[in-house]
Amino acid sequence: MRLSAEGVELRYDRKVVARNLSLEIPDNQVSVLIGPNGSGKSTALKSLARLLRPAGGRVLLDGASIQSLPTKEIARRLAILPQVLTTPEAITVEDLVWFGRHPHRRTVGAPSPQDREMVEWALRSTDTAALRDQYVDQLSGGQRQRVWIAVCLAQQTDLLLLDEPTTFLDVTYQLELLDLLARLNGEEGKTIAMVLHDFNMAAEYADHIFVLAAGELVCQGTPREVLTKETMRTVFSLDVEIGVNPRSGRPLVIPLRRRPAPHRVARQTVPGSPTRS
Amino acid sequence: MTALAPSPSPASAVAPRRTARGRWYLAAAGLAVVVTAYSLTVSSVPLPFGDVLDALTGRADDALSRLVWDYQIPRIILCWAVGAGLGASGAVMQSVIRNPLASPDVLGVTRGAGVTALFVVLILPATPLSLLPVAALAGGVAVTVVVYALAYRGGTTPIRLALVGVAASACCEAMIRFLLMRYPQDVNGSLIWLAGSFFGRTWQTVAITVPWVVVCLPVVVLLGRRLDVMGLGDPMAVGLGERAEGTRRLAIGVAVVLASGAVAAAGTLSFVSLIAPHIARRLVGGRMATLTPMAAAVGVLLTLGADTLGRGISPPLEIPAGLITAVIGAPYFLYLLMRTGR
Repeated sequence: MRLSAEGVELRYDRKVVARNLSLEIPDNQVSVLIGPNGSGKSTALKSLARLLRPAGGRVLLDGASIQSLPTKEIARRLAILPQVLTTPEAITVEDLVWFGRHPHRRTVGAPSPQDREMVEWALRSTDTAALRDQYVDQLSGGQRQRVWIAVCLAQQTDLLLLDEPTTFLDVTYQLELLDLLARLNGEEGKTIAMVLHDFNMAAEYADHIFVLAAGELVCQGTPREVLTKETMRTVFSLDVEIGVNPRSGRPLVIPLRRRPAPHRVARQTVPGSPTRS
Repeated sequence: MTALAPSPSPASAVAPRRTARGRWYLAAAGLAVVVTAYSLTVSSVPLPFGDVLDALTGRADDALSRLVWDYQIPRIILCWAVGAGLGASGAVMQSVIRNPLASPDVLGVTRGAGVTALFVVLILPATPLSLLPVAALAGGVAVTVVVYALAYRGGTTPIRLALVGVAASACCEAMIRFLLMRYPQDVNGSLIWLAGSFFGRTWQTVAITVPWVVVCLPVVVLLGRRLDVMGLGDPMAVGLGERAEGTRRLAIGVAVVLASGAVAAAGTLSFVSLIAPHIARRLVGGRMATLTPMAAAVGVLLTLGADTLGRGISPPLEIPAGLITAVIGAPYFLYLLMRTGR
């Protein structure tokens, strides 16, 4: 286990998000954190990526407390795509992806052939090579998100953490991104941990799912073990049917509306009411 | 690959290519040489270029030599140093505050320098004038330290720095007004300084200003890639291996020393540190390692141009360079506001 949290207490100022949370991110697998809003899944991911210092407990990276490691050293082993990003002004896609090489480069000196190679690979993998000369602030949300992923890929780390990477993407790009992450996991053995909102995306792509509620790990396991009617009701207050994806055999979560669909009456005009053309 | 000339329209989505960038550097350098040469000939008395050349090569009489060597040349060197310092520090501040409308003024540098300078001139009139820049530098740095400390809550955020800075600026402005009203008989020199002027600057001012700039500019360029990463927001910057707060402190420190040094030498040159990085970004893109030198170059052109204009419009009367930059800068600033407001 390269990355784990051991009994961490997480808080923003005085607001406690989690009191005693332990997570072990399984190596070479795709893990997904799910949970209702405010359950602490993003906060947990931040602490795993040393963006938030735990008030108690510790986060271990390769056996060492992550807070004791130099941040640049961590950046060579672990990449994080935060949820909140500032899009820089007048920076090209290629230049931005080069920023991903930052932890590998010295203050002065020309880039190495490996730097170049990784940048090209990151651009190709995310299908953003054609955009390389465009300014990032002029791109659409979906294009921009893929460029951010490319920055993380250029960082050339075994561990990749992503906080809701599919936000702003339409379904096509969500699938494309998750396919890309699955491929990185399959071909390069990268360990991936991310926060997702969509149960069915989680079911389809996760090897391991963590379910968080009110700062506690409620359950974890394979999608089939975790995504049950029971979990959905207790954790998300949702009534669901669990089906089976006919292609992958993975669970399919079908949320049910709270009230049955109203019986629609044939439209009729009420006398005297204004009609709209 | 053909080199695309960067279009001046804000809608241009494609960045200037390397060759185009190189051409802009050459153009800026060429323009700086031309403006400098022209500026040498602008004085309160007619000064043809031939006479300037004679003075430079040591073939002129004493009076002419003195005019060129003791007035024109130090003044122009100072314009270079001040302009470069303001342009570069503006580029750094816009990156650190993550707002294209930021400038060192945001942290109260200019007003802080103004207060201490006035204090020295009006309340301690016995102080030699050569100490004025030192006092101004100290004031600018001190206000920034206070702003940083007040904005600090286990770390700072750009927006908190900017808000505290605005408040501190307002306090300093109030103190400036108070001093001006309390000592109305002695304010003439102070007013000229506050308006931003290179009038009567000598080699002495050059000697205390240029070293700051010469030391700080390379530091800023070397910080380039770290500042680039900082521009992506603190979480991403930390993810890429920067200690966000430490880098921010370092960058603010260098920017403030550059700006305070410039303000100390020439007073308030409005808008130069705001506008120069903008123009530079349009020309060469936003990557700090290429942006900062260009911002410094544009700063030199603006400052030197303003000072030359101020001397040349209606000699022997001099218009302070700060007034000219304000007249040019204010409309450009409004234009920027409208453009970013989209």
